[in-house]
Formats: sequence, structure tokens, C-alpha cells
Amino acid sequence: MIEMKGISKSFSGNVVLDNVQFNLADGEIHALMGENGAGKSTMMKILSGIYTKDAGEVVVDGEVVHFKSPKDAEKYGIIVIHQELNILPDLTVAQNLFLGKELTYGKTGILKTRQMEKEAHELLLRLGLDVNPRMRTGDLSVGKQQIIEIAKAIASDAKYIVMDEPTAALTDREIETLFKTIRELKAKGISFVYISHRMEEIFAICDRITILRDGGYVGVRNIPETNFDEIVAMMVGRELGERFPERNCQIGETKLEVRNLTVNGLFKDISFSLKKGEVLAVAGLMGAGRTEVAQTIFGYRKASSGEIFIDGKKATIKSPIDAMNHRIGFVTEDRKTQGLVLDFSIKENIALANLKKCSSSGVLNKEKETSMVMKYIEDLKIRTSSPEQSAKSLSGGNQQKVVIGKWLGTDPEILILDEPTRGVDIGAKKEIYHIINQLAEAGVAILMISSELPEVIGIADRVIVMQEGKLTGEVNKEQMTQEVIMHYATGGEQLVY
Amino acid sequence: MSIKSKEMLSKLGPLFGLLLLIIIVSVLNPSFLSIANIFNVLRQVSISAIIAFGMTFVILTGGIDLSVGSTLALTGAIAASLLAGGLDPFLTMGIALILGLILGAINGVVITKGKVAPFIATLATMTIYRGLTLVFTEGRPISGLGDHYSFQLFGKGYFLGFPVPVVTMVIAFFILYFILQKTTFGRRVYAVGGNEEAAKLSGINTDRVKIAVYAITGFLAALSALILTSRLNSAQPTAGESYELDAIAAVVLGGTSLNGGKGWIFGTLIGALIIGVLNNGMNLIGVSSFWQQVVKGIVILLAVLMDRKKSA
Repeated sequence: MIEMKGISKSFSGNVVLDNVQFNLADGEIHALMGENGAGKSTMMKILSGIYTKDAGEVVVDGEVVHFKSPKDAEKYGIIVIHQELNILPDLTVAQNLFLGKELTYGKTGILKTRQMEKEAHELLLRLGLDVNPRMRTGDLSVGKQQIIEIAKAIASDAKYIVMDEPTAALTDREIETLFKTIRELKAKGISFVYISHRMEEIFAICDRITILRDGGYVGVRNIPETNFDEIVAMMVGRELGERFPERNCQIGETKLEVRNLTVNGLFKDISFSLKKGEVLAVAGLMGAGRTEVAQTIFGYRKASSGEIFIDGKKATIKSPIDAMNHRIGFVTEDRKTQGLVLDFSIKENIALANLKKCSSSGVLNKEKETSMVMKYIEDLKIRTSSPEQSAKSLSGGNQQKVVIGKWLGTDPEILILDEPTRGVDIGAKKEIYHIINQLAEAGVAILMISSELPEVIGIADRVIVMQEGKLTGEVNKEQMTQEVIMHYATGGEQLVY
Repeated sequence: MSIKSKEMLSKLGPLFGLLLLIIIVSVLNPSFLSIANIFNVLRQVSISAIIAFGMTFVILTGGIDLSVGSTLALTGAIAASLLAGGLDPFLTMGIALILGLILGAINGVVITKGKVAPFIATLATMTIYRGLTLVFTEGRPISGLGDHYSFQLFGKGYFLGFPVPVVTMVIAFFILYFILQKTTFGRRVYAVGGNEEAAKLSGINTDRVKIAVYAITGFLAALSALILTSRLNSAQPTAGESYELDAIAAVVLGGTSLNGGKGWIFGTLIGALIIGVLNNGMNLIGVSSFWQQVVKGIVILLAVLMDRKKSA
């Protein structure tokens, strides 16, 4: 059992944790929730020895501990599995599992390869994963890599496992396997701290939930005795009202029509249409080919065959520049690798897709640039002290708004949003839904890829579903339920958490 | 202190380093500060600094150009041969600069369209351009360039009391500074180095930006070649050997990241001056040329280590 009491921590005068408590019983799955910046990760970094606390007490199994490094925490069986997995893709599964604790013949340094492979295989089988231990780990799906991370923790006798956003990159089927594994380990007395923004998952798997807000402790609840609204209210410290704001919108004529779009090996014969003022969601499991379709429409990928019509006219889109000339904007899935230049300021990032607007004959015009950027900082409620602040230092939600601002600057008539609220806290999520509504009301045609079904149902006018590179269904607002969408997304199999 | 002024201070680190170096050298040998010597240092620096300016563009995009020294040799040899053959000096200079631009653009095309890593692509062209120089000159220096006043002026003359190469360097600096900081092209250069994928997805033709920076670098190498050829009144087939390393050193000393996306050209100017003052100062103090290399290497290493500390 772990008890953290009166934990405080500040960085250069900034208080990030103030008298926070958290306790984890044996064989418990305990959710830690709060908006971005609430202090969840700082709390866990203190528990795992990455940070040292300024005040407070950490008690593990009745013993007061002072961890100075993750190694200290590991001795007490505390292991953190980070969102970015700690897997070396070019090593084999067995090599990854035994990384840093290889079995050798005495002190010679000669590896007992066979034995490690055998043990790795057995350990993974116990966790429900049947893979060849000699396989290159990078060739496995993210879900399987996650199980390998857990196996690594188990192999080093972990009793307390902290998982940070474990499902962010998993398909529903993989989430199911992960949950099964977690439940089995829980039955053996292993405890989990589960950090996630996904309320549905927390209610599906956790026993208790502790909520933090602005570096302070708000409270703890037993999952069966609480509900969604209470948790949200505790997190934001106010009633948030409707989770999905109302939209009042005239759906107009067809803006975009995609016919038989194909990229060999990725997706085939995708056809759909999108109207002005409409929000069309694309649902499906990870790897169904949704992002690839969006990239192809935007000219980032070359189509093998198929046609795209805009305003009824055939459009030739061979590059993002062509797409932008057709007034298409693309808020990409991964902010950090595709959306932002992290070393650039907010201003420079927003201006990036709008350099023509911010200049005359190739020379940047500071006033034009600043006034355009200030408009989006205000319109989108980007929380910052200055447009010169670097994008790197912003929270996930604010980073996402900067990417959206970049595209709003181009006055898009078609806006593609790929997972617009991934890794974004609940307050910022609602603001992003609000922005989507405003755009639709202004007549922008919106194509939204989302893996969060409640979001799809709450926001979309219509949803198309993809499975393994094919379009398997289309659902109207009236028929939209999670079950119907899942049915198409899995090719008929029903999934239960 | 605000983030901005902190950033400014760390950016000016190399400048403090240069001032410190100047103070040390002038204490050890006061003749360092004579006008004649300072002009001498600046004249030497002008050639390497102009090449390093180009290198800054390339490194800001996350690339590297090893072929600058060979480009200098080839354009210098051709310019010398044209002059020796009696061609008009202005036409000659124009041809050399355009040739430099083309040699650079070839690097850019191989890197972008051929998808060859910049290190490998320019390692190959470095060898090719050097080989072509040797073929063209048959391994012998080209002299007998005639006494065109305008061409002589380019490397040896004075303008308003300042050596012309130094004036050329300063003009080049201001033009390139303006391009990097104040134009959309400059912004694109930083964006390509900062996050190429995001730049591409923001509608930037990243291939075109890259080809342009290599072409600029080739052009500037040719400009240096003209200064050098004018100063020596001849072209050497081995001219510019290991200049690429001095250029890279100047860029790095100036605080530009080899990963691209971060840095500025003022730093490169300071970096080139540090190397120039170090060379000259050690000569004045009487350090043996063998030890000079050791000291230069240590200075570069220290500068980079201090930079690491700062960013950590």
C-alpha cells in the first residue's frame, strides 16, 4: 500500500503541488484525473523518484521513503509506464524484456539468449500475448508493445504500476486485451495508477478516482458511487454545462465529393460527400486508414486512383499547396510531429501557413503578422502571456488551438480535423467543440476524424465508418449509437470492454 | 529577467567570448590592435565568413554542405582561366558566381529529388568538384591573369579606407541577415529545419527551400573564390581545402544548432571572427602551427560544451 500525504512541490517559485494526498491500496486500480496542469504527472514523478518533494510524506508498505531516483522507487516495486513507450524498436522482444537485466553465464557477460527467449515467451503468454520472442519489437502493434512494457515491469517484480495515458494509441480491441491483462494482474495483488482523459475507460476499469485541480487535492470517490457529471464538476471546479454545445446550422450544398479514392495497400474505393456547414465524422479503429484518406485529400499522399470534386468541379490536388489553393485546411493528428514547429513562437506557427498574407513581395510585415495572430489568440482563447511564447511550452489544448488558428488564417472552406481533441483536457475540449460549431455555422464544411465515439455522436451530423481500408457504413444523426458505429468499425463483431 | 532577454543574453554569449579573446590576445601582444593587423585579420576572415554565411542557411535547414571548398576551387580556377584568356573581368565574375549557384543547386537537387543524405551527397560532390578542378587545371596553378584594375580591387583594394573584401563581407552579412530574419523565405528556412513535416503540411515547398539554400551557399563560395583569386592573383587547384570545416566550426561557434531550426547569422559572423582572431593571435604570440590546431579544436569543443550546459 502506498500513502502520499501533504505533498508540495514548486519549481522556481511556481507552486505546482500544494498539500496533495493520494493513496493506493493493494490490488486496486486507482484513476488519477485532472485537467492538464493539474499536477498529475508531477505527483507521479515524485512517487517514482524523478522529482524530489519539497514537503510531505511518502509511505510504501508502512515504511517512510525518500526516493532520489527512479532506481530507488524500483526497489519498492514502483514502475511507471510512460505514454511514449520505452521500447527499442530494433531489438527483439526478448532483448527488450531483459534490457539492463540480461541473464548471463556468471559474470562473463556472455548472454543466455535461449533461456531469455524462453522466459520471455512464457511471461508474455501469461499476459495473453503469443508472439515470437525473436521478433523485431518495432514490427508489433503499439498495443502489443504496451503489453511488453507491462511484462517488463512484472519481470522486475513491480507491485505498483503507474500507467500514463495507456490507451491513447490503442485500437479498441487492443484496449480490451490491455484491460484483461490489468484485471488479471490486479487479482494477483498488483496495483495500478491509471492516468487518462478518457472518462469511459476510467469507469470501465477503475475502483477509485482521485481528482486534482490546479495543483491541489479535490477529492477521492469510489467509482460505483459517482458519475460523469460529478467528476467533471470536481475537475473544472464549476458546472461545465452540456458536454457538447448545441449547434444551429443550415446545411448547404455539396462542397466536397470524393469518388473511389484509392491508395494501393492503404485504402480502397472511398466515396463520400460533404456539404457546406456539415460536420462529417470519420469513425473507425486505429489503422483503418482514416488519416491516410485525409492526407490524400490534402495532397500529402499520392492517390493511386479516384477523383475529388470541389463545388462540383474536378479538382487536381497533388500537394498541400494545391489543397490550400482549393481552400482546404488540415489540422493534423499529431501536433508535435506534424502540426507545430515546436521551437517557433505561437506567432510564427500561426503565420506559417499564412506567409503570403503576412508579407508584401516576400518581405514579412510585422504589423500584419501580429494583428492576424492576435485575432486568433483572442478568438480561440489561447492562454498565453505573449504571442512570442514558444509553442513547446504550451499545454496540449493550447497547442491544438494554435494549430487550428494556423488553419483558420487560411480562410478554409473545407477543414479536415484529425483527432482534434486527443490529449486535450476537458475544458479545452469543450472550447474546441465550440470552435467547430462556429465554423460550421459560418458554412465551413468539416471532416472530423475521431476515435472517441461520444465525441463523434455529440458533434457530428453524419458519420462514415472505415474498417481496414474500406468504407463499411454511413450513419445519420438519428441512428447514431456507439453500438451501430462499432458494428461497422469492427466488421460486425461487437466489442465489450 | 524575461524569457526574451534571457534568450538574448545566451545568444550574445559568443560575442562575449570574442571580446574576451581579443582582450587576452592584445594583452599578450599589443601589436594585435594595430590598424594594419586588424585589417589583416578581417581580410582573412572575410573569405571564410562569406562561406560560413552560406553554411548557416544550409545548417538551419538541418543539412550540411561539405563541397564548399571544392566549389571555391573550381569556380576560382575557371574565373582565373577566363581572365587569363582575356575575358572582361565583370563578365568573368558573373560567370563564376552563376557557376557557383549551379554547383550548389546540383547539391540541392541530389539531396531533395534523389533523397540522398546531405552529408553523403556533398561528400560526393566535394570529391567530384575537386577532381574537376584538378582535371581543369592539370594540377597546376593558373596565373598571368593580367592587370585588370577592377578585378585587382576586389581582393586588394580599399573602399572608403576599408579593405574591399571586408566591405563585401559586411554587405553580404546585412543582405543575408535581412533575408533570414525579415523575409518569408527566411522564415521557411527556419521552418524546414525546425519541423520539415509540419512545414510541408503548411503548404511550404520544402524541396524548393532546400535547393535554394544550397544554391545560395554555392554562390557565396564562388564569391569567396573571386576574393581569394584576386588577392593571390592566381588560382590554386588545392584552394579551399578544409574550408568546409572552418565554416561549420564558425556556424557552430555562433550558436547555430546542427539539428537545424535554431540559430542566427550574426552568431556565424562572430564565430568566423573568433577563429580569425585565434589564428592571428596565436601567430603573433608565437604559438607553433602544430599547437595552433590543438588550441582551435579545444576552443570549438569548449564552445559547444558551454552551449549544451546552457540549453540543459
